[in-house]
Amino acid sequence: MSENSLRLPSSIDLTSSPSSAEALQQWLHEWVVTVDHKRLGILYIVYAIFFLLVAGAEAVAIRIQLAFPGNHFLVAQAYNRFFTMHGTTMVFLVGIPILFGFGNYVVPLQIGARDMAYPRLNAFSFWLTAFGGLFLYYSFLGGGGLYGVGTAPDVGWWAYAPLTAKAFSPGHATDYWALALIVSGFGTLGTAINIIATVISMRCKGMTMMRVPLFSWLMLVVSGLTLITITPLTAAQIMLVIDRYLGGHFFDTQAGGSAVIWMHFFWIFGHPEVYVLVLPAFAIANEVIPVFSRKAIFGYPAMVAASVGIAFISLSVWAHHMFTVGMTSVSNTFFVLSTMMVGIPTGIKIFNWLATIWGGKIRFATPMLFCTAFLYQFLIAGLTGIMLAVAPWNWQLHNSYFVIAHFHYVLVGAIVFCIFAGIYYWYPKATGRMLSEKLGKWHFWLFLIGFHVTFDTMHFVGILGMPRSIYTYEPNRGWNTLNLVVSFGGIIQAVAVLLFALNLIWSYFRGQQAGNDPWDAWTLEWSTTSPPPAYNFVEEPIVRSRRPLWDLKHPEDPDWEYEG
Amino acid sequence: MLPILSVPLRSCLTRCLSFAFLWIEGRGPQATPSIMAPTSTPAYEIHALSLFVLSITGSIFAVVAGLLTYCVIKYRAKQADQLSEPAQIYGSTQIELAWTVIPVLIVIVLFLTTARLIFAIQDAPEPESSLDVTVIGHQFWWEFRYPKLGIVSANELHVPLSSEQAPVPTYLTLLSADVDHSFWVPQLAGKTDLIPNHPNATWINPLEPGLYVGQCAQFCGAQHALMLLRVYVDTPDQFSVWVKNQQQPAVEQPAVAEGKRVFETQACMSCHTIRGTAATGRFGPDLTHLMSRQTLASGAADNNAQTLRQWIQNPASLKSACLMPAMQLSDQQLDQVTDYLATLR
Amino acid sequence: MSAASGIAAAYPGEWRTPSRGRIAMLALIIGEAAIFTIFVVAYVFYIGKSLSGPTPQQVLDVPVFATICLLSSSLTIWLAERAIERNRMNAFTLWLGGTICLGLIFLGGTAIEWHKLIYHDGLTISTNLFGTTYYSLVGLHATHVVVGLTMLTIVFLFAVARCVEQKHAERISVLAMYWHFVDLVWVVVFTVVYVIGR
Repeated sequence: MSENSLRLPSSIDLTSSPSSAEALQQWLHEWVVTVDHKRLGILYIVYAIFFLLVAGAEAVAIRIQLAFPGNHFLVAQAYNRFFTMHGTTMVFLVGIPILFGFGNYVVPLQIGARDMAYPRLNAFSFWLTAFGGLFLYYSFLGGGGLYGVGTAPDVGWWAYAPLTAKAFSPGHATDYWALALIVSGFGTLGTAINIIATVISMRCKGMTMMRVPLFSWLMLVVSGLTLITITPLTAAQIMLVIDRYLGGHFFDTQAGGSAVIWMHFFWIFGHPEVYVLVLPAFAIANEVIPVFSRKAIFGYPAMVAASVGIAFISLSVWAHHMFTVGMTSVSNTFFVLSTMMVGIPTGIKIFNWLATIWGGKIRFATPMLFCTAFLYQFLIAGLTGIMLAVAPWNWQLHNSYFVIAHFHYVLVGAIVFCIFAGIYYWYPKATGRMLSEKLGKWHFWLFLIGFHVTFDTMHFVGILGMPRSIYTYEPNRGWNTLNLVVSFGGIIQAVAVLLFALNLIWSYFRGQQAGNDPWDAWTLEWSTTSPPPAYNFVEEPIVRSRRPLWDLKHPEDPDWEYEG
Repeated sequence: MLPILSVPLRSCLTRCLSFAFLWIEGRGPQATPSIMAPTSTPAYEIHALSLFVLSITGSIFAVVAGLLTYCVIKYRAKQADQLSEPAQIYGSTQIELAWTVIPVLIVIVLFLTTARLIFAIQDAPEPESSLDVTVIGHQFWWEFRYPKLGIVSANELHVPLSSEQAPVPTYLTLLSADVDHSFWVPQLAGKTDLIPNHPNATWINPLEPGLYVGQCAQFCGAQHALMLLRVYVDTPDQFSVWVKNQQQPAVEQPAVAEGKRVFETQACMSCHTIRGTAATGRFGPDLTHLMSRQTLASGAADNNAQTLRQWIQNPASLKSACLMPAMQLSDQQLDQVTDYLATLR
Repeated sequence: MSAASGIAAAYPGEWRTPSRGRIAMLALIIGEAAIFTIFVVAYVFYIGKSLSGPTPQQVLDVPVFATICLLSSSLTIWLAERAIERNRMNAFTLWLGGTICLGLIFLGGTAIEWHKLIYHDGLTISTNLFGTTYYSLVGLHATHVVVGLTMLTIVFLFAVARCVEQKHAERISVLAMYWHFVDLVWVVVFTVVYVIGR
């Protein structure tokens, strides 16, 4: 019965006949009750792309408002809700779901397993995340309804205390923020536990930990990091709800409570969270760059060690978001050191990628275009990160548009670019069809240009003293033209993303047939059909090296003779 | 407060890097509050360090991006050459060691120079000659108190000019009456937050007179965007004139007694203080010398009789979401109270 | 395909990976430990900082008996694990029942303690920083005890209905891991609240 296919019934009759309505109903039902990791992965990704468009629209609205000083496109309260929701949505409803969606789809295939360790937990986790997101967006309808933008959260995605106390946020906006994220946080936790159990316990015969493909290795590291990253936020949000509804005083400065401790808890989550987001992007690059350079990844053990190192060190850097709150000079110095140290394994990864490309035969298909741009952009993002790590300079740059430029360079320039690369890379596997290369190149070049127009310029307006989170700005501060340029780049990016959405849909119906292994790649997912059957592999794979398909394609020169 | 780099080296670096970083020529206050146009000791030191860091990060970028570009061009797959795979290289311990050691050394250098400046700025001992100001952040305005001078003001900070020979820095104690705020005047110093129940301190040592602009840099609620800052660095003469004026109680003019009565009976005094009268409210700014300020509503509008009247009639028309309510005064009451307040120089 | 059979020939023996149940439970425990850590940090940070109201020294009595019961329940569940490994199902059911009883006694002790604190000493979650952090931390732990007891009771009912067999021993040990974690958390909470904080 259930072939693992997205396809609608081939004849949809517009006159309602029971059979096609029934077929549609059955199709929907299959997708709602599925526990198949591939379908859940696709559900995560589709969900995330939907919210990418929503949060992108929020960003476009923000940039329209800021294109001119004294603009009246969004009133202050609406603007504050938009930037809060843009950040919250992008991190929790786009970033995490899409990366765990990739993990869900690819990891069992790469390690030669039939499914995740706990398929039903997998489904439960997805629906928790989905519900959390819908609950968060219901806030737009609450309060005064859509007029005045309802009661959507308006306290910034970081929700600092005591602004979030009942006294300063009397409505339900903050409650939507806290409760929606608590719920989706449990979903994320479930998926993280599942991925850990899967990578450790469900590997096929012969796949020792040091033969696990780097994508799956990094998903393991990310999942482990998630366990101790999301949970502090959940704890802090529970404390916030206790303060708001049970009269608690965790962050009540009138009762002797501390606003700073919220910041500590939030950033103990917030900083490792950005590594939770970026490590899967590295994971995708670790697959795409070798295949399209036609070389094995340079220094696999070092890449594993660097990733684990990044995860550990990232737990010690959080207060570099708090250099201006008045910590002692000793504390500030410690966090400068830890932040600079985390740059070392990160930089090493760039060198490893460079060495992978070196001496290769690079094919610039769309996935590789995105990964190449990623390399430059992540380099720049890392360097502006080093600048921000210099605490005295941070005292100037903090909360300015320089910071926004820096983290969008990471989130968009590195992570979104890698996500696009990953989608172009694995879409053939999931659907059996190639995405259009022509549309892909249009998508890439437009997005690249728009990205740089916006975010390169943004660094400068921050240096000129423009702070963040402001719905308008003084007209005589020299920020006008730069803001207009930034906004213009946003429009270009929006067009590019729409082209991408078009590509996804068009190629599903009209794309070139992909076959098992369109990229001539080396990991196990390319050994089965496109799309894979529900059970993934006809026979359980047996492997002897990190690139099992390389061994099969090059029996005279197999990897296992070179891997120690 | 020793500079990190010697002056000649600093000015050389400045010239080298200025073209890329929007150096604003000339010294002194700018309309654009650029962090690259410092006029006060902490901002100078930060600027010097920033140029040093930029030169290092710039070099790293040049090297790595250069190598990347070289690879991307040289190692493109050529049409004729699609069939064979290139040599597979799995790693090299020596190379990997080298490119671990070099970043470690760079980090050590960056860390030590940074640490030195952190201690120099944060733990700088306060000299006897300094001026103490207490800054209290409110939603959405700034309260300034000069405890030793008996002055209370709002939104526009006056500080004395300092010099390297005879420093008169201003030390700011930062408090908050409600939520988190942040004091940021880029040309003078880095920002420091105002957090309730968590007093902070910062200092400026301005070496060029004039008006410096900034604004609140920590999101503090609906009208965070218009919580602007003006810092007037006055010459010694200007400053003593200003202080003397501020220390006086409010001007009393019989001609505007009607307006004063409106002020006292229409609940204005429950939020505002006018020293020398019965008004001692603390929720809103001190109005004793309202007309000595150039702007209203923490910079949202110019301060003249017309905008003052509009502000009192409907504050939200100048600064939406501010916490001052429209007092529903009649036209006559508005005229009278505006005339009264206009006398408070 | 000689390459494939060459690969297969390299693995004549058995391929073992760690038990997924244990790994998953360990991961859950690590996540939960992180949540508890944040509540413990808040508790410790706010020791002595309440501006008013009853202090720990004034109102807290050390719950010795309840603690002994809870920690003993770790022993009884361990005995239950050993029993099921050796297919001694009656002993298993007995020790499991004992674990549940000891857990219930612990909860009862907490309930009595809270009744006294609220009605006699006037300490609630909104009274002061001590009240907020105390009820949150101890309450979070008690919630985990409730969840654990619920799982144990379900297994107990299955055991009484003779549906649990020796082959389920590993699942029992995964559940026992959770219960041991709950006890370990109590050791930490007890130390922080009743020893250090008083």
